[in-house]
Amino acid sequence: MIATIAMKELRLMFASPLAWVVLAFLQLVFAWIFLSQLQTFLEVQSQIAMQPNAPGLTAIVIAPLFGTATIILLMIVPLLSMRLVAEERRSQTLPFLISAPISVAQIVLGKFLALLVFLTLAIGLILLMAFSLYLGGRLDLGLVAANALGLLLLCGTFAAVGLYLSCLTAQPLVAAIGTFAVLLVLWLINISTRDPQSLLHLLSLIRHFENFSKGIVAVSDLAYYLVLTLLFLFLSVRRLNADRLRA
Amino acid sequence: MTTDRVALDGPADITLRARELSRTFGATQAVIDLDLELRRGEVLGLLGPNGAGKTTTMQMLTGNLAPSKGSISICGIDLLDRPVAAKSRLGYLPEAPPLYKELKVDEYLRLAARLHRVVRDRLAETVANAKRRCGLMDMGHRVIGTLSKGYQQRVGIAQAIIHTPDVVILDEPTVGLDPNQIREIRALVRELSDSHSVILSTHILPEVEAVCDRVQILHRGRMVYNDTIDDLRRHRGTPALKVAFRNPPAVDKLSAISGVASVVHADDGSFRIERSASQDPTDALVRASVDHDWRLTHLAVERATLEDVFVQLTQRESDALGASKASEEALR
Repeated sequence: MIATIAMKELRLMFASPLAWVVLAFLQLVFAWIFLSQLQTFLEVQSQIAMQPNAPGLTAIVIAPLFGTATIILLMIVPLLSMRLVAEERRSQTLPFLISAPISVAQIVLGKFLALLVFLTLAIGLILLMAFSLYLGGRLDLGLVAANALGLLLLCGTFAAVGLYLSCLTAQPLVAAIGTFAVLLVLWLINISTRDPQSLLHLLSLIRHFENFSKGIVAVSDLAYYLVLTLLFLFLSVRRLNADRLRA
Repeated sequence: MTTDRVALDGPADITLRARELSRTFGATQAVIDLDLELRRGEVLGLLGPNGAGKTTTMQMLTGNLAPSKGSISICGIDLLDRPVAAKSRLGYLPEAPPLYKELKVDEYLRLAARLHRVVRDRLAETVANAKRRCGLMDMGHRVIGTLSKGYQQRVGIAQAIIHTPDVVILDEPTVGLDPNQIREIRALVRELSDSHSVILSTHILPEVEAVCDRVQILHRGRMVYNDTIDDLRRHRGTPALKVAFRNPPAVDKLSAISGVASVVHADDGSFRIERSASQDPTDALVRASVDHDWRLTHLAVERATLEDVFVQLTQRESDALGASKASEEALR
């Protein structure tokens, strides 16, 4: 049932030009960054070859690519998540799902999964570009995998937040702006503090990505993203259930 | 009276039962203590003026709205305790058909079938069946958004019946359709009643007469009438005669004719004659007209329309409410 809902969401996503435009735009931007990082690498290659423990091809080209992708996806995911529930509200199609023999949790998970599949596709495009480097060099696969995993977890959190905000309104645009605001706050929450021990660092979305971009997969970072994702999925289920109860 | 019939038929034939259903929205009570019962193969018309609580009732029956009080069971399965099992026996067409305008008819109906747990092997057959019943055979490859309102309504009905549910709930299925489409939808509803129980809400009275076996009239959230359509017809009372003459006689001469209960002289010069229950005065009236040279020009049987009955029922209720409020205030 979750898969049926997810398939339906993907079908609707790709029925509108938005999904295609977003994928094309993402690919364009990623390719641009990829090529400029590659250029940088080619320029410094001869100098760093002398140094011991110098950063390699992956660290110079691929890690910054993933790093930039986090910010671009922060801006793009709200556009993709805004329709998930708000559009159903606006076009009064929610009763179609609610009166079907499925639970609200299945509806929410299906919608979340659809968005995650779409974002995995975008991450897949980055990976394909990275693997093209095998034509002339070698990659640190561990570092690539850590970056990809981190980006996927981050995207999951973006998607869950976006889904929840979409549950709150019947206006997709309001959902998009709301999602962007919430994500930006979570992103920059530690900016106000100079204290490196501050708890705000624990809450920051980007802070937890830093380890992944260095190739470190820590349980605390994994847990942070998973907890945040589950929290917003849970809130979405609650919000949709409350629809039936409230006056 | 209804409980007797239930006992005879056994509970197996009750497909939907709601008890003391109430729903409040803040301070307003949208539905108050509504009892509802539906037998297999029956078409129940839910009738009422706008804002009477028809849509609220249907939303509760389909699990789209939680009732403030009361219970609902579908084929003996409690909707509130086991929503998934109960909903699998339900098909629902809301007031606004819940269509994904970007999808093709086939895609949409396949989705509806999958969501209602139709197994993959029978998917094509099920979709074809629903399309045939709703007259959508040639529309499978059309994008829903490009279809006319009438066809969109049919797609809405098709998604409600695709899994052959025990209970089909249609909220104003003929709104916004042209007369031909209305006739087709009515015929479809009649056909549905062979294998499903149907609840249909409307405020169009001829529609109720045309398709329903039983009528419940709602007014301000309360049920003011619940009986078969024949009883509703009987409710209209005995028919009256409307007559006009070129040489109109005095009223008392008409009253003297045997079988005439009362005579009212209308403003346009015609007479409205209420007949007594036992005797039809038509023959005597025509004979008297010839004998006395009244020169009959118009003779028609007038029945109180369903509309009159409806107005009578809903007005009476509000009069009663008004009266009770007045007496309450008088007591203070």
